[in-house]
Amino acid sequence: MPVSSDVTLDPKVPPGPIEDKWATHKFDMKLVAPHNKRRFTVIVVGTGLAGAAAAASLGELGYNVEVFTYNDSPRRAHSIAAQGGINAAKNYKNDGDSVYRLFYDTVKGGDFRAREANVYRLAEVSVDIIDQCVAQGVPFAREYGGLLDNRSFGGAQVSRTFYARGQTGQQLLLGAYQALARQVAAGMCRLHTRRELLDIVLKDGRAVGIVCRDLVSGAITRHSGHAVVLATGGYSNAFYLSTNAMYCNVTAAWRAHRHGALFANPCFTQIHPTCIPASDEFQSKLTLMSESLRNDGRIWVPKDPEDTRPPDEIPETDRDYYLERRYPAFGNLVPRDVASRAAKREVDTGHGVGSLGNGVYLDFGDAISRLGADTIGERYGNLFEMYERITDENPYVVPMRIYPAPHYTMGGLWVDYNLMTTVPGLYAAGEANFSDHGANRLGASALMQGLADGYFILPYTIGDYLAGQLGESTVPTDDPVFAEVETDVSDRVARFVGNGGTQSPDHYHRALGKVLWDSCGMERGREGLEKALAEIPAIRDEFRKNVRVPGTAESLNSSLEKAGRIDDFFGLAELMCRDALLREESCGGHFRVEHQTDEGEALRDDENFAHAAAWEWQGEGTEPVRHTEPLDFEHVQLTQRSYK
Amino acid sequence: MDLTLRIWRQADGDAAGAFAVYAIAGINPDMSFLEMLDILNEQILADGGEPVEFESDCREGICGTCGVVVNGIPHGPEKATATCQLHMRKFHDGDTVTVEPWRATAFPVLRDLVVDRSALDRIVEAGGFITAPTGAAPDANEIPVPKEAAEASMDAAACIGCGACVAACPNGAAQLFTAAKLAHLDLLPQGQAERFRRTEAMVDRMEDYFGSCTNHGECEEVCPKEISIDFIAMMNRDYIRAKFKNLRRLGQRKVG
Repeated sequence: MPVSSDVTLDPKVPPGPIEDKWATHKFDMKLVAPHNKRRFTVIVVGTGLAGAAAAASLGELGYNVEVFTYNDSPRRAHSIAAQGGINAAKNYKNDGDSVYRLFYDTVKGGDFRAREANVYRLAEVSVDIIDQCVAQGVPFAREYGGLLDNRSFGGAQVSRTFYARGQTGQQLLLGAYQALARQVAAGMCRLHTRRELLDIVLKDGRAVGIVCRDLVSGAITRHSGHAVVLATGGYSNAFYLSTNAMYCNVTAAWRAHRHGALFANPCFTQIHPTCIPASDEFQSKLTLMSESLRNDGRIWVPKDPEDTRPPDEIPETDRDYYLERRYPAFGNLVPRDVASRAAKREVDTGHGVGSLGNGVYLDFGDAISRLGADTIGERYGNLFEMYERITDENPYVVPMRIYPAPHYTMGGLWVDYNLMTTVPGLYAAGEANFSDHGANRLGASALMQGLADGYFILPYTIGDYLAGQLGESTVPTDDPVFAEVETDVSDRVARFVGNGGTQSPDHYHRALGKVLWDSCGMERGREGLEKALAEIPAIRDEFRKNVRVPGTAESLNSSLEKAGRIDDFFGLAELMCRDALLREESCGGHFRVEHQTDEGEALRDDENFAHAAAWEWQGEGTEPVRHTEPLDFEHVQLTQRSYK
Repeated sequence: MDLTLRIWRQADGDAAGAFAVYAIAGINPDMSFLEMLDILNEQILADGGEPVEFESDCREGICGTCGVVVNGIPHGPEKATATCQLHMRKFHDGDTVTVEPWRATAFPVLRDLVVDRSALDRIVEAGGFITAPTGAAPDANEIPVPKEAAEASMDAAACIGCGACVAACPNGAAQLFTAAKLAHLDLLPQGQAERFRRTEAMVDRMEDYFGSCTNHGECEEVCPKEISIDFIAMMNRDYIRAKFKNLRRLGQRKVG
């Protein structure tokens, strides 16, 4: 594989035993003195858990923070939709949990494709996150004695998940948003809502600012800072139908990539096993239901594909509880990738249920007879209501129907131990980076990572970079580097608006999503990926020629917003397929049909692929260059995952 | 099913708005209300027009981004349901459906069905937080919270900040929103230190933007999270107590 000479992937993992690395590093990093912090400006893009937590914490430290979100309020970011919970190695349940076990589980759950040192740090700060959130007033579930309650969550054999009903993400985001609001009131954070990043500005190789569009007036605006943090989420919406919110997009990360930030493991995407199956072709998004449902629900399909009886008339003997049968140790709690593929297998072999045959049953009958409807209602009441509202079926009486859907992306901008991308001064936090989940993320770990990055990692590591710039002012926004980027952005906007064309942006997004889901979804094969690599650029060319963006650039124009986002998804989708094609193994969420065991389980190739693949942009139409960061597993022994 | 839609169109905040009428056919009852609007927009775009601007993000009823007035009711006819979770099975073939933006002085229309709700953020910035800087927290279990308190706090914290309460209020008041934000923190032990300072600051900020409450109760009626107006009673009681307590503190400071 060709490697260009001027990129070096230095993960900057500190020396020493894994337990001491973060403490040592915190001591070794340069500090910015309190009175000097106000001389620095940090740009934070995105106000989900990672962005809001980082912005608030940096503001508290005394930095000037410019915060950007395309939503009308920071509190709308899609972190808000996370339901199940947040992991932390508190061992409040006395069931043998520890920082080391959370670390171990995360590396193993990620199918050995994450960087050990980052994961250990994540587990280490997890305990601080819970303390922080409780102090902020996050109303976590409690025991009667007033202490915190925990539950067990997909893929873990200990109870380490903290939760606030089925709205944990909402409550954690409100905590971070409130901390941010406090800094806005204090004048430390300046909030820019309805402002979308359209490009990143570099000078002498460093990130020095961003160019945005005001989504109400259409004005293009320039913003300068000493460092730029992208906390802009994941890219599941490349699939069109996903559980992501409608506005979620890859533009910030993709623009950074085009400016030299390497994009790591784009093919590592996660399909969530418990979503509501699509009801028709006009479906605009898929709705996820917390996989905590798998704690008490039992998953089954009729043994006979021809069985058309309603579920309550199918006797036990004619049901196949296929997860319990195939994985007796973990049963319905196997990791997400395993549960998702197993559901696909049932549907593909004709066992699917529902009028479109596109789901499997998740049945609470046993749990309700064992614990009573009240207890089940207390645990999952809001999820049951949500399900009934969407499907018009009552899950207390009729088993739910579920099917997997794209949900989370483990891939993202490559970052070193400091969360800095390969562009100096440009950081990526939360789902936007690639660092902690390897090839598969465990349930309740996304919230943990977003808050770890925002509250406890970036505020330290960014100081190390800023300290070296003391005395330097930000690049003025009338500098030619800003003008150049603004011209490029304005041209792009003008091209879309003046395009004429006949089809809506969504039309092309749906077409892209279908190709990507069929070729690079739950299962990937060489033939399909090669076909997709030919089809995607063709659809993109057609999109650019024939997309119709009505209205003007000088007003609120959601068609224009969509067109820009979809244009960037095309480039990313191509990279996802290329990455999937070159990773000749199966691991975690990346399942290559050519690489499986006789029993149909994922077959890793540690000899050749125990690395992160980080892609370097070479210009549109030119093949990107694949770099690798070798991954060493000193603490967690490489094993074939087994949940049997 | 086939429908006639009367939709509020307004080019921007300064322009005069008016209803436009659209016919739409072949709607699947399992479709959501917003998916129906998506289809309408595809139709408008194909006909050479400009799509109706409306907001929605998560489409799971949790982010609070969406919200339109359907047949005079914020979020439409189904109780305890945000617009994105409203389904077409709640309507009938041949219905005429009127769709408007939130109507409130504090929520100026930006375009079509999109309004500016940032005044709600201003209320939170006035004091809707607990001062707990990152890193300063004690171990989580050192702050026991009675289960009942946590549950009651969570009932209030479930507010999604959509603004339907304001849109439903004849006075354009934001009492339910503000009371929910206050109760979330004020019902917890962690929130006590700043309770009265917070209450006075947030209520006063609210008054800068919004109308006054005259106990119509329309807010609770349309709230997609069914937040109780009991929280407003708690806020009002706390506000009076806050006025006395904060005054006394002021006096103490003068003496000190």
